Amino acid sequence: MSAATMSTGVSTGEITPKLGYTATLLIAGLWMVPFIWMLVAAFNPESTGAGMASLVPSYIPTLANFREAWASADFPRYGLNTTIISLGILAVQIITITLAGYAFARLDFPGRTVCFYLFLLQLMLAPVVLIVPNLTTIAKLGLYDTLLGVMAPYFASAFGTFLMRQAFRAIPRELEDAALIDGASVFQRIGFIYLPLAKPSLVAFSIVSVTAHWNEFLWPLMVINSPDLRPLTVGLASFTRGAEGAQAWGVIAAGTLLVSAPLLIAFAVFQRAFVNSFVSSGIK
Amino acid sequence: MAQAVFTTGKARGWSVPRWRPRQATVLAFAMLAPSLLFLALFTYWPVLQVIWQSLHGQLRVGGPQAYVGPQNFLKLFADPAFRKALGNNLIYALGTVIPSLVLALGFAMALVKSSRVNALFRALFFLPVLIPLVAAASIFLFLFLPNVGLLDYHLAKLAISGSNWLGDPDVALWSIMALTIWKNAGYYMLFFLAGLQAVPADAYEAAILDGAGPWQRLRYVTLPYLKPTIGFVLVIGLLNVVTQVDHVFVLTKGGPSDSTNLLLFYIYQQAVENYDAGRAAAGTLVMLALLLAVTASSLRTLERSFGEKEP
Repeated sequence: MSAATMSTGVSTGEITPKLGYTATLLIAGLWMVPFIWMLVAAFNPESTGAGMASLVPSYIPTLANFREAWASADFPRYGLNTTIISLGILAVQIITITLAGYAFARLDFPGRTVCFYLFLLQLMLAPVVLIVPNLTTIAKLGLYDTLLGVMAPYFASAFGTFLMRQAFRAIPRELEDAALIDGASVFQRIGFIYLPLAKPSLVAFSIVSVTAHWNEFLWPLMVINSPDLRPLTVGLASFTRGAEGAQAWGVIAAGTLLVSAPLLIAFAVFQRAFVNSFVSSGIK
Repeated sequence: MAQAVFTTGKARGWSVPRWRPRQATVLAFAMLAPSLLFLALFTYWPVLQVIWQSLHGQLRVGGPQAYVGPQNFLKLFADPAFRKALGNNLIYALGTVIPSLVLALGFAMALVKSSRVNALFRALFFLPVLIPLVAAASIFLFLFLPNVGLLDYHLAKLAISGSNWLGDPDVALWSIMALTIWKNAGYYMLFFLAGLQAVPADAYEAAILDGAGPWQRLRYVTLPYLKPTIGFVLVIGLLNVVTQVDHVFVLTKGGPSDSTNLLLFYIYQQAVENYDAGRAAAGTLVMLALLLAVTASSLRTLERSFGEKEP
């Protein structure tokens, strides 16, 4: 707390920290300009023309641009595809990371250290870098141009595994022993003891995972060919290219707002959970 | 500490029968199997594949794949577009990571005190992190539009004529970098906010008693305490620089004249547009080497935070 007072210069009366604070607030204003423009342009009754650069609305807001965007791209379907991709990845990840996390946290077995480094390797080599060889694998598996093909490379998560391992380790062994005496199987013990107690870590991982895959672009762009299977990001990119040709900036703003809104709303509602999980995420 | 007590249960020997060693091994590998299967398919196998592919190619058009030695790499480095992408990536790395880091530290130090106003501003800085990079690029498309775009329109009011932000080869990369800084600074700010909590208040008080000014306190108190955070953010920043090129795709497609081409986008072009698998593989390998160099430096941090040995 007092570290904070220092940096705002309250206790010392210094001028530099105050200037820094003021500068930060000014930069925050600058940071908001793209968002403000998006809002102002999206609700503008016009979509092209010289007035589009205004940051102050001088019109009666309408939904005309949204209607136009809605009509020219199949956003509901893109949204559905993105939802299926992000939640599908998460569902499989929760199974794989829980199992692997338990093995690392509670079981002794030869080759543990080797396995640990095998997992660590995934953290070191970001999956997106391997898009070219992975596309070959996906095609060989017959998953080209399918949503499953977009999801498959993310089904294992070293980050999630290590996160679950940490959470499981913090749970007292006595609880598991008690359940063992009652004759609970290993999966019952995981389901009824470990998972409920590791809920905060699970939530943190879910937020990071869904955000990352909701926003992903290059990999789905390579895997998906049919317009019907495009996720939001790929849909938005091709929609933007079309509307750019028509100079329909208001429509682009409306489409961008539609695509960005779900996560922004989720953030507004669950702000603390988002911030905590992003801090704990570090390396995805 | 509490954990040490719990985990010694095994040594105490009173407890319920534990897994016999063999049984535990079987169970452990059964539980690791799903993860290892996907890791093998999409991490280990592709790495082996790019190594193989980078050493093979067609000796004549339409011919079978044959061992060609380092030829793919020689061709890769002989390609001016690749050298340009490599150089761009270096400028892009320095020009985005360092400013984002400085801004993020500044934001965090200004907003570390908890108050409603500060919480709001922290949230504002975090908003760009949440929107897809493609969406950010769509907004910046208009921002950078020549003459009637947001930037030029307002600069014109100040009687400044803006440049062709995305069309001028000397300016385009810097415009892309501005977008990246805008997108990432708020993310790094979170880590500095967390790191600043660890600086003891006494340290500041002692420094003030010694007559240290704000810059001296930053230099001799804050920065030394934040050293691990800075290292961590540096690694994440470098990873982002190498792995995120969505905005290049939307805004410039690497142009004009390769001035905004970055490594990953170059690889994408080689694979998807030029169908040159050998060159794409060689490029991927160069990128993997760069990534390993970055992450290996942080290996100890990774091991400490996820490591086998608990403190």
